[in-house]
Amino acid sequence: MAIFLTEHSRVVVQGMTGSEGRKHTQRMLRAGTHIVGGVTPGKGGQSVDFEHPDSGRVPVPVYSSVGDAVAATGADVSVIFVPAKFTLGAVVEAIEAKLPLVVVITEGVPVKDTAEFFALASQSGTTRLVGPNCPGLISPGRANAGIIPADITKRGRIGLVSKSGTLTYQMMYELRDLGFSTAIGIGGDPIIGTTHIDALAAFQDDPDTDAIVMIGEIGGDAEERAAAFIETSVTKPVIGYVAGFTAPEGKTMGHAGAIVSGSAGTAAAKQEAMEAVGVRVGRTPSETARLMREIITAS
Amino acid sequence: MDLYEYQARDLFEKHGVPVLAGYVAQTPQAARDAAERLGTPVVVVKAQVKVGGRGKAGGVKLARSPQEAYEHASAILGMDIKGHTVHRVMISPGADIAEEYYVSVLLDRSNRTWLAIASREGGVDIEQLAVERPDALARVAVDPLTGIDAAKAAEIADAAGFAPEVRDGIVDLLQKLWGAFAAEDATLVEVNPLVRTGDGRLVALDGKVTLDDNAGYRHPDHEALVDKAAEDPLEAAAKAKDLNYVKLDGSVGVIGNGAGLVMSTLDVVAGAGREFGGVSPANFLDIGGGASAEVMANGLEIILSDPQVTSVFVNVFGGITACDAVANGIVSAFELLAERGEAVTRPLVVRLDGNNAEIGRQILADAALPGLEQVDTMDGAARRAAQLAATAA
Repeated sequence: MAIFLTEHSRVVVQGMTGSEGRKHTQRMLRAGTHIVGGVTPGKGGQSVDFEHPDSGRVPVPVYSSVGDAVAATGADVSVIFVPAKFTLGAVVEAIEAKLPLVVVITEGVPVKDTAEFFALASQSGTTRLVGPNCPGLISPGRANAGIIPADITKRGRIGLVSKSGTLTYQMMYELRDLGFSTAIGIGGDPIIGTTHIDALAAFQDDPDTDAIVMIGEIGGDAEERAAAFIETSVTKPVIGYVAGFTAPEGKTMGHAGAIVSGSAGTAAAKQEAMEAVGVRVGRTPSETARLMREIITAS
Repeated sequence: MDLYEYQARDLFEKHGVPVLAGYVAQTPQAARDAAERLGTPVVVVKAQVKVGGRGKAGGVKLARSPQEAYEHASAILGMDIKGHTVHRVMISPGADIAEEYYVSVLLDRSNRTWLAIASREGGVDIEQLAVERPDALARVAVDPLTGIDAAKAAEIADAAGFAPEVRDGIVDLLQKLWGAFAAEDATLVEVNPLVRTGDGRLVALDGKVTLDDNAGYRHPDHEALVDKAAEDPLEAAAKAKDLNYVKLDGSVGVIGNGAGLVMSTLDVVAGAGREFGGVSPANFLDIGGGASAEVMANGLEIILSDPQVTSVFVNVFGGITACDAVANGIVSAFELLAERGEAVTRPLVVRLDGNNAEIGRQILADAALPGLEQVDTMDGAARRAAQLAATAA
């Protein structure tokens, strides 16, 4: 299994003809992902050549709309690399094409646009959004939808959910010998499509996941809510990490949502909430990895 | 970006939210001129700071003559309010206040939508009111797809229980406030207090606005609202080079790739620094996934221009950009800095991990850069950087 993304996923890339889109399409293909098409308005009918690990050079067709791409390929995942000012339009198109999974990599999307496309996705009842401003998700050995480096770990039985990209990579690397079912970077914007809770619920139900690492950071109350969810609904072991204890009040720390406002959104409160429901929280990423290693090797 | 009250006032006016006249003054003389221009029997001199509690701190005064406005402005300008120095005052007519209310529209992160809050009790600390008497606040979710139309505004006003004589006015004002919120890409617009005057008018007497920095590209006019003089000089220099930098108080300069990893690095440095008499990080600096030579050089330049920095910790995880490329970037950054006539005069601890870590470490070892040492783990490198900072101090 794995969550949200499997070896059967059929992926289109919105913005595949741009430089970032092209670079990462190549990486996703190399990781074994079924990339069935790209979408760039006005470029339908063209194709882009990529190196395929099994079949050498392959042309990937470009479609002018997500609707065309879905009709022609049966795609069920879109990964979006378009610039921030076109992201709202691109996501709306993907939602209207009824794609079950839409991964928004783009950084710097105005929160008003995210609020709109999140409301549309919720209303649709069919589309799960991941992101925006996220590295996407990878089910190692199966598929990669986004920019997570595929060559730092292998398939295994740990599930990972994180607001941060590089901390995701760091954790995957520290536990690379154990491997992951799915690692998902949900992004650090104030509004995100998939939350810690969504990922925890999916990992709990996934027969291929034995234990979960949850990485949070300052801002909002998603970690506190996730802790409450763990208490009632997660029986698998969860190890936690929170970044941002040193962050000053009122300063945005890189991610648009990473800000302590007054006394709200502090790392200490998040750690406390997680520990209160029995989640062990590492003081450093390496210690967090060690705690997870203890659990996996003890079982 | 948070706005000053006078900027919020201007923005409200632009979108039809009723406000009083207001003149900004940076000198007592300008404050006296403004009071003369207003010509009202009473004017209010208000400190412009982006922090609450200025009234209690003596930053708001009534003046009954232009001369008195001059005197109050003299006292208030330069005042320190919770660490914020007052550089401007706003001069407004005195208002005949019959009642004070509260209204706001803001981002509700928990529910991933917008939220309107309204109360018949304004002019107070709203967070305190929310804790002490949550029933006094009406909280109504606002659908991002439909916003605050007449029906939604009526729902909010009725939920707060406004009296019939002000209800229609508030329904109208809420729609205009929404207009400002949506048109300007705000994440907060707050009116506190919203007052009913003796002659029955509604006036936004004080306001808070936060604008979404990500939406700056659709609002070229917002750039003018940035208070460049109030920016930290290092933060301003970093911004000019497109670097994501936040100045902190400590002595270990930190560079890393990815916001989460850098936040984590600060914590690990602060944790390790306790052992050395409370050494702490000097800054947050995220150079992003690419970590090119030029960006690395720019980052080092900013950090080394901070006189408080006594050691530097470069913490990079090689993912998409593998460690050999990062190591070459560091070597080139030293060359670039030398070309710019800047030597790296403080000790530098580098931790490289991830893809091609061993090749990267070898490149750095071979380059034998002055003052640079490598530690292979993040925790160990943080400890070493803290130790070096403590020794230098």
